[in-house]
Amino acid sequence: MAKFNLKINGKDMEVDVDPQTPMLWVLRDHLDLTGTKYGCGIAQCGACTIHLNGTATRSCMLPVSVVGDNEITTIEGLAEEANHPVQQAWLEHDVPQCGYCQAGQIMSAASLLKSNPSPSDEQIEAAMSGNICRCGTYVRIKEAIKTAAKIQNA
Amino acid sequence: MTVLKTKLGRRSFLKTSAAAGGGLMISFSWLASCTSSTTKAEVLAMPEEWFELNAYLKIGENGMTTIFCPNPEFGQNVMTSMPMMIAEELDMDWKNVVVEMAEFNTALYNRQFTGGSQGIRTAWNPLRMAGATARHMLKEAAANAWNVSAKDITTDAGKLIHKASGKSAGYGEFAKSASALEAPEEVELKEVKNFKVIGNSKKNVEGKKIIKGDKLFSLDIKKEGMLTAMIAHPPAFGLQLKDFNAESVKSMPGIVDVFSFKTYNDEFGRNFFDTDTFPEMVAIVGNSTWEVMNAKKALQVEWEKFSEQSFLMNSWGGGDKIKVQVPAGLESSQSHMAEMHKVASKPGTQLRKDGDPEKIFKEAVKVIEKTYSAPFLAHNMMEPINCVADVTADKAIISAPTQAPGFIEPAIADRLGMTVEQVEIVMSRMGGGFGRRAYCHYMVEAAVISQKVQKPVKLMYTREDDMTFGIYRPAYMATYRAALDENNNLIGYHVKAGGIPESPLGRGAANRFPAGCVDNYLAEEWSIQSNITIGAFRAPRSNFLGGVEQSFLDEVAEAAGKDPIQFRLDLLKRSKEKPVGENNDYDADRYAGVLELVRDKSNWGQTSDGTHRGVAAYFCHNSYAAHVVDLKLVNGTPRVEKVTCAMDCGVVINPDAASNMAEGAIVDGIGNAFFGEMTFQNGIPEKSNFDRYRMIRMNEAPKAIDVHFVQNEIDPTGLGEPPFPPIFGAVANALYKATDKRHYNQPFLSKDRITLG
Repeated sequence: MAKFNLKINGKDMEVDVDPQTPMLWVLRDHLDLTGTKYGCGIAQCGACTIHLNGTATRSCMLPVSVVGDNEITTIEGLAEEANHPVQQAWLEHDVPQCGYCQAGQIMSAASLLKSNPSPSDEQIEAAMSGNICRCGTYVRIKEAIKTAAKIQNA
Repeated sequence: MTVLKTKLGRRSFLKTSAAAGGGLMISFSWLASCTSSTTKAEVLAMPEEWFELNAYLKIGENGMTTIFCPNPEFGQNVMTSMPMMIAEELDMDWKNVVVEMAEFNTALYNRQFTGGSQGIRTAWNPLRMAGATARHMLKEAAANAWNVSAKDITTDAGKLIHKASGKSAGYGEFAKSASALEAPEEVELKEVKNFKVIGNSKKNVEGKKIIKGDKLFSLDIKKEGMLTAMIAHPPAFGLQLKDFNAESVKSMPGIVDVFSFKTYNDEFGRNFFDTDTFPEMVAIVGNSTWEVMNAKKALQVEWEKFSEQSFLMNSWGGGDKIKVQVPAGLESSQSHMAEMHKVASKPGTQLRKDGDPEKIFKEAVKVIEKTYSAPFLAHNMMEPINCVADVTADKAIISAPTQAPGFIEPAIADRLGMTVEQVEIVMSRMGGGFGRRAYCHYMVEAAVISQKVQKPVKLMYTREDDMTFGIYRPAYMATYRAALDENNNLIGYHVKAGGIPESPLGRGAANRFPAGCVDNYLAEEWSIQSNITIGAFRAPRSNFLGGVEQSFLDEVAEAAGKDPIQFRLDLLKRSKEKPVGENNDYDADRYAGVLELVRDKSNWGQTSDGTHRGVAAYFCHNSYAAHVVDLKLVNGTPRVEKVTCAMDCGVVINPDAASNMAEGAIVDGIGNAFFGEMTFQNGIPEKSNFDRYRMIRMNEAPKAIDVHFVQNEIDPTGLGEPPFPPIFGAVANALYKATDKRHYNQPFLSKDRITLG
């Protein structure tokens, strides 16, 4: 066990865990931030996507010991009023079915729009193909990302 | 006008508590988060007191209304559509409705089960009745107070109006007095043309919570003193637990207990949905997920082949329990295939016969015969199997993603040595289900573990545990034959289908199209035993039959020199005008209706360069679906560009959400048609995570899906399953156009099976 000081959603947090513990479980088990989901544990499905300094990162294979001073953002901290352009667009297009993968989808989409404010269809597909949606909401996700880009660029 | 006798659902109208009030206070922000896109200012505040009019709804003194959704939610959006049905007949303004998941209580609610696309269909009358009854009681309460006849009171969006006297009041004003009245003996329901809520798209009532990452799933539950548990199950079908070394991991950090357990009592008589692949497993219990995961990896377990394994099943309608033998052996996909070909070549069990098929096939000018196959499929819900159980001496609270709480409750009670009254099931939102969560062995497992460690326990399967546990879609094979005469008329049709361990056909499907359209018709089935467990998978059986039958008909239409849509329409015309045989299980007009609609909406007959089209239609689970797939080859790889879909499910409750459902079924179908496959070697499932089990991703999904509904006033039927089966056929038919080659074995893009281009 070891103590780690983490910066999560703009707040300083301390945990005492095995250094190898993936951030996913630090968030879910130790900090009760359960919006980030477990799907595969091997960075293949994207349900656990968080931001590390604003960049989409799979938290299920990110040991807490390598996080250091880097800032972590989870779905709970994406926007104070849950009104990030991507979240607004998700509601407008009524994207979710079961909803389980959507936090990860939203985090991937928000990261994409940060680095590329006006992505093409191909760029959206490339950035989002690491996130599986078993319910098959891909068409809506893509449309919502385009709407989010418009909201963000307005 | 529809008048319903309310005693049909009388139990629902019993008051759950004598005093309905009690001042349930809920914060304003929570309220606003439940009411879709309306601004906070327009929405009523939370009331101080609630008055229960029946088990489905309560109204606050200010008119705010809470509607309870009786059925488990797994993404089909019943939490929105079911309350819409109640709000319609209550005549309530949707923006002042709050939705909550109902408790699991079979005394109050009918059929708290999600599956078979039957939710909306079976709730149509009871839910509308709940709304209409409450509205009636509100009118009576107002009539008593105003000293007028209830007949002269009308309602509008949560208001009671007496036109002659000019009196009006919100529902809230009379909620208390209405809640004290008896429910009426019968109620009048609205005509479809007068609907205001139904048929107008409403946003998902849980949408805001989902996009915020709120705690909606049972995996998100945290209870005081709760431990985490995982299971170790045999790595192969045909193996059982021999021994394990608990001591090797008990001293690992955070580990509380390691023990083996049996899911069911030996004498327990299972019901149909109590399927359990591995009767005895090892539980690893500890403080946190990561610690338990590490201990699970380090745990040394010895497994052994079983030569004999059996369990008891309850027989239908009571009587002695039946002993079911589980076949021994370590099975492989290769031997499965060889065995299926062998059994398929022998005569099967006859399910339906019209005319003289043997004779007509001898006389036919053309005979087309094709054999199709499809592999086992894993459900792969994004939320892996899990359950939170809190078992104390006299009570068990079990929160889980479950499609079928009522099916598993007796098994939980039996295993814990409790009565069903002592078992409380909380229906968590499910992170997908697709049939898998109708088999709730995991709820028993979590309960057993919690009882043993005397703490609340969160049981979680790893993705690997989930994917390799069985309860798969069966492997199937079907051989179709068609006989054409000299004028290319279809004069004989023969289907022989089977699977491991069950046939996809059965008497029901044997009576589906094109039965009734062909003078000489034969349906036969067969099956091969296996120790690989199976379960319902989105549109069970139809998910194979719909695809391959429609693929075969495409080939027959081509052999007959006919347009594939017109070919089907001609057959349907025949069955309408002069049906062959009896018990034909489809409505020819509605079937033709979706084909005509999809022909029109897809501009059938016109394709742009490089686009290849396939069509298919199917009827199952009471609804009709037809798809046209536009496919392109991009560097030799097929990509579905667009799907045009036509559905007939009667009245559409929530159109945009209904489209979402069809879109999802289409994407799911394309994914499984291209990639879906579970294979076995020596009993071991060869895929255990998404690195090898290929799921469709955004860059492989259609770029556009265009969903259309036949407009009618027929009582609604379901949508979760019907659009799924025909997409397999439409993809296969488009793939043929693109590659000049028919594709008979799913998945179509399996590396070792088909080379495209």
